[in-house]
Amino acid sequence: MDESVISNTIEEIKLLAEKENIDISRELDDLKTKYASSKGDTWEKVQLARRIDRPNTLDYINLICDDFIELHGDRHYGDDPAMIGGIGTVDGMSVTFIGHQRGHNLKENIARNYGWAYPEGYRKALRLAKQAEKFNRPVVTFIDTAGAYPGLESEERGIGEAIAVNLKAFSVLRVPILCFVIGEGGSGGALGIGVGDKIYMLENSIYSVISPEGFASILLRDPQRAQEAADLMKVTAQDVKEFGIIHDIIPEAPGGAHTDPSFTATKIKERIITDLKRLASRNPGQLIRYRSKKIREIGHFNENNEQAQDLFKIFTKAFSRS
Amino acid sequence: MGSEFTLGLGRKKKKSALPEPFARLQDTVCRECQNLIPAAQLAKSLQVCPECGFHMPMHPYDRISTLVDEGSFEEFSQDLTSGNPISLTGYKEKLDQARGKSGINDAVVTGRGSIDGREAIFGIMSFQFLGGSMGSVVGEKITRAILAGAEEGSPVILVTASGGARMQEGIFSLMQMAKTSSAAALLDEAGIPLFIVLTHPTTGGVTASFAMLGDVAIAEPGALIGFAGQRVIEGTLKQKLPAGFQRAEFQQDQGFVDMVVPRENLRHTLSFLLQTHATENKGWMNR
Ligand SMILES: [Zn+2]
Repeated sequence: MDESVISNTIEEIKLLAEKENIDISRELDDLKTKYASSKGDTWEKVQLARRIDRPNTLDYINLICDDFIELHGDRHYGDDPAMIGGIGTVDGMSVTFIGHQRGHNLKENIARNYGWAYPEGYRKALRLAKQAEKFNRPVVTFIDTAGAYPGLESEERGIGEAIAVNLKAFSVLRVPILCFVIGEGGSGGALGIGVGDKIYMLENSIYSVISPEGFASILLRDPQRAQEAADLMKVTAQDVKEFGIIHDIIPEAPGGAHTDPSFTATKIKERIITDLKRLASRNPGQLIRYRSKKIREIGHFNENNEQAQDLFKIFTKAFSRS
Repeated sequence: MGSEFTLGLGRKKKKSALPEPFARLQDTVCRECQNLIPAAQLAKSLQVCPECGFHMPMHPYDRISTLVDEGSFEEFSQDLTSGNPISLTGYKEKLDQARGKSGINDAVVTGRGSIDGREAIFGIMSFQFLGGSMGSVVGEKITRAILAGAEEGSPVILVTASGGARMQEGIFSLMQMAKTSSAAALLDEAGIPLFIVLTHPTTGGVTASFAMLGDVAIAEPGALIGFAGQRVIEGTLKQKLPAGFQRAEFQQDQGFVDMVVPRENLRHTLSFLLQTHATENKGWMNR
């Protein structure tokens, strides 16, 4: 059958169910996953990453932490339910958790704005990161968003500024930051809580500069070509690891994280514990130097001038006071 | 301040002669008012439309000649060219085309120059080069420019014009947002000012990184400044956006821009900022 016929049929069922007020998001995801697996690896991963029953930030926090309290609000405008945070204990350590929050059904997703955060979400994340810094507490972030919310109020309240300030502040935060892409890592909205000492992606998560649909409509001039776009963009954990942008891939249970959430949660927890033990030996200056160096090295360009290879020394010098 | 680092930033190079200002200009239809403006008139008005006041995108070299003291500009890292990090078919050809049209290697020109005798590091983006998009080269050059400022103790002036991240470089382009912003953190550490001039248009990943990190943010009148594109927002809202949305004046009202400065006054404003942030004018306590 023609590809667009299948995806159009899926869309029609979705609209019909919405009209009749029946929540069949999960059944639809099964259909999409089944369809995607026949289309090859990348698209299957995109569908797995977006499944409505895929474990979300609060699921992992609850599975990883002995105890957790959620903290609300950015202290400027309000509280964004699409970005959550708080303090938890992991194996006896106090850890600040921050993450995009999606829902497991239509109602939850509407309440959570599908994980599309507003500026106040990013400012809440910053407040909690600064709080963690003050109390010398490490930060763990869970990235799970298609992007920052592209709306009127988001612009009025400075979504660009909110993300920019986070990128800068997280790059010089004086405590360890571990970032996990758990589902979809889309654009600046993902990166806004994605600067850290160690960056991980779950086996079936994706990370990209723009959604495959966006890439398809802009560069391929046809939104229907999203599957092809996903392949071209190289968005899978395996691709991004190959590029040297993330440190490692966290395995999921066969069939995807939704089949056994505690499997992946255990893997994440183990990683948090070993990383924090390892990073504890670095003083804040060293932490920031390594983090900056890693960020600074990302890029792909040619240069004839042999002199201009590495400015790492400047970073080292600038932070020797830290 | 002397530097032990040369790092290809051009200290040893001769000052580069800039091309004749506005020599490449052609008669242009203003995209705001649709009037055809002759090239000679545009050269005189610094590419501001004499009919409606629209501040048109400028070539970086033209911008530099309107800002810096004559003969003071030394370009950095001119020979940096983009790779093809995600091996995207057609990207190399697009780059070649953009190079041929613009006479520059990528969407930003960086270097050292002075305004009224005060040295600064400059980064001037070009919207004409693949929509001013930020890929590895733009990210690297902006980062080096910021680092040069931190190293030499010179203020950094970045003139932005960008449609956002360069999608053709995939995840690498996204990461340039983190890279440039982390460099900006160094300026805080070093106490060096970052002055941002937002020009039409500045959107997407550039807005969500260094463009919004200025100690002072200047915008040109009418410049479109925002994160999400207007068509995307209209798609989300299913309604038309109000007039003036995301324009420079709107951003000043919202509190994200310090001042809107017409192009003819830009040099003077920057000169004042360099003067008030100069080392000899710091430390009020010692007077
Ligand atoms: Zn006009």
